[in-house]
Amino acid sequence: MDKVLLAHGGGGSKSAELVERVFQRFLRDPLLLEMGDAARLPGRSGGAFTTDSFVVRPAFFPGGDIGRLAVCGTVNDLAVMGAEPLYLSIGFIIEEGFPVRDLERVLASIAIACRQSGARIVCADTKVVERGKADGIYINTSGIGRPVFKKPVHASRVKPGDAVLINGPLGLHGIAVLTARNEFGLKASVKSDVAPLWGLIRKCRALDVPFMRDPTRGGLAQTLNELVRKRRFGARIVEAELPIPKKVAAVCDLLGFDPLHVANEGKVVMVVAEKDAEKALRLLRRHPLGKGARRIGAITAVHPGRVVMATRAGSERIVMPPVGEILPRIC
Amino acid sequence: MSKDAELNRLAGRLRSLPARPGTRIMEVCGTHTVAIRRFGIQKLLPEGVRLVSGPGCPVCVTPERFIDEAVSLARQGVAVASFGDMLRVPGSFSSLERERADGRDVRAVYSPLDALAQAEGTGKETVFLAVGFETTAPAIAAVALKAVEKKAANFSLLTALRLVPPALKALIGEIPQGDAAAQPPAGSGLAGFLLPGHVSAIIGKHAYDFLLGHGLGGVISGFEAVDIVSSLLLLLAMHEKGIYEIVNNYTRVVRDQGNEKSRGVMAEAFAVADAEWRGLGAIPASALELRPAFAGLDARRRFAIKVESAPPRLGCRCGEVLRGLVDPPACPLFSKACRPDHPLGPCMVSAEGSCSAWVTYG
Amino acid sequence: MCLAVPMKVIEIKGDMAVVEISGLRREVGIMLLDKVKLGDWVIIHAGFAISKLTKKQARETLALFEEGHLLV
Repeated sequence: MDKVLLAHGGGGSKSAELVERVFQRFLRDPLLLEMGDAARLPGRSGGAFTTDSFVVRPAFFPGGDIGRLAVCGTVNDLAVMGAEPLYLSIGFIIEEGFPVRDLERVLASIAIACRQSGARIVCADTKVVERGKADGIYINTSGIGRPVFKKPVHASRVKPGDAVLINGPLGLHGIAVLTARNEFGLKASVKSDVAPLWGLIRKCRALDVPFMRDPTRGGLAQTLNELVRKRRFGARIVEAELPIPKKVAAVCDLLGFDPLHVANEGKVVMVVAEKDAEKALRLLRRHPLGKGARRIGAITAVHPGRVVMATRAGSERIVMPPVGEILPRIC
Repeated sequence: MSKDAELNRLAGRLRSLPARPGTRIMEVCGTHTVAIRRFGIQKLLPEGVRLVSGPGCPVCVTPERFIDEAVSLARQGVAVASFGDMLRVPGSFSSLERERADGRDVRAVYSPLDALAQAEGTGKETVFLAVGFETTAPAIAAVALKAVEKKAANFSLLTALRLVPPALKALIGEIPQGDAAAQPPAGSGLAGFLLPGHVSAIIGKHAYDFLLGHGLGGVISGFEAVDIVSSLLLLLAMHEKGIYEIVNNYTRVVRDQGNEKSRGVMAEAFAVADAEWRGLGAIPASALELRPAFAGLDARRRFAIKVESAPPRLGCRCGEVLRGLVDPPACPLFSKACRPDHPLGPCMVSAEGSCSAWVTYG
Repeated sequence: MCLAVPMKVIEIKGDMAVVEISGLRREVGIMLLDKVKLGDWVIIHAGFAISKLTKKQARETLALFEEGHLLV
């Protein structure tokens, strides 16, 4: 490959290709190569450390904005490692001419999201670039968290028979951003689900949770495929159990998207031992962000390395990760 | 009985239907290709019955040269607007996605109306890639009429519209296929056709009457799992009894007589012409081209389009896949050199291509 | 692509109409159909209404459409 394509940023298999074939030739630290949502720092104080950049277009969308996303995206990467989000850094790249009023809205959102998540922004930086060089505003956040869960959250501890859970409806963020762009002439009242998840996730801290991830770019399909890739187990989800709101389904049907490929920003996929599944669901449902928690499938010993879905027609089909950009700049 | 229970009942019947070994049913609609694999319906077929994909994907049957023409336009600085599918299709030397990465104005639109609006909004020369079958042709014709009415001086169409019944006729040997004269017609040995739901909403069920003279039946089907399963049951039952009919099993959307108004709009802007189909060769009276009165909208007249031809890709069996002669895994490039993230042929790149559906859904 | 979704006509503006399903709206062309009225259910493809459903058909289609996805 000689040029970076938009498809490389989609979070699907093309992104993985860019990371594996280019980035990992130069950035090869063992902690980095583990490719979790956050790095587990060694040593007694061993915290969790993560970073993320936000380029969502448009900056303001139903249910949220780039500021809220910048905080929640990073605190959630810590939360799904079983770490309590503590401190954030934040860096802004702002295009000349960006209205100060909009900047204030973004900052207000950031402040609210921090309060809700419990994380503190303790260092920050701002750069301004010439008009035309940054499409409004880009934000990077890095976060440090304190591991709280009993046992390490790590995919190597997942076993066949484990239950796969989700905390609520799928596809909201991606569709909210899509309709806010007005590119397809669609108007829809879908709101992004962008929210900080630690308050929900910590409810399960006394349980043994081998795996958690937030299905952002690339959707549920990407997350599950990442979990099973090159491992000795597979995953099987049940189509009839997937919570897909009517509005999301309508847009997906109209434009030909697969709801399993659409980004979420307030969802966590959780894998627990079958014996803990009912308890985990009860714990999750006690929190406002977990009211719709349900079981959507299981880890299997058959078809290792693949994700399959039991279809409504009583058959089975494989679930591939998305290829290339479904929607560019979704988060 | 709930809808799911109804579906399971029909699926059960399909699975246990007695059928003659070697029975092949062909579907000729890309959306059916995808739906069948997405719902796993090919796994519900009774022993001995195979579902074969024909030339149902408009992107897949568009000659490679069309992409080269679009690339040439993009490089001349013309804004190219297209259905999203076309952007990743490889041409002889480049694709529209690559042209966009190189800074050309290439955009995906949901409707040709959006392309016209884009032209009006930007004031730039804008061409819409008019690709599709009879479902889409009336929509494009309507936009052509609008463009003339609004005197849109910077909007044009690069056409590659194709018609389904002539392709079916070529498949069953009724009209000779350009480059396949030596082979038996691809349609031989077929028990019947699963017919495209929305194309049929436009052309009506009698457009397929010619099949009956060949001892072939057809069922017009919708796209939900229950539609496809019930349509397959109807086709197999007909074949079993040796009775051949064209059945409209999608009456909630398709009128037997089709949509006359749409056909009228289509005919106002377009005339029927001979054309090349990727994989099927030349088929007479199988495409739509702009009528002389609309020549002003023809991108091929407005712009000088230079296209160099490239040698055909070695090993690619898209042509045979499109004719339903082989399944995707038979192609030596399938899933190896040719993958969804690195497609070589149109059947892999289009979301509705057989190869793509096969890889994506198993 | 034969992707087509049933939507309800909620406003008519000459040869265009606003259609809606599950809170999703778009402006579409209605010049490919005869006599489109407010409240009609139509099948939308590439920004145009290409077929009209009767009320009963609309109910059936919606039911199929809705059962394909969990209501949340």
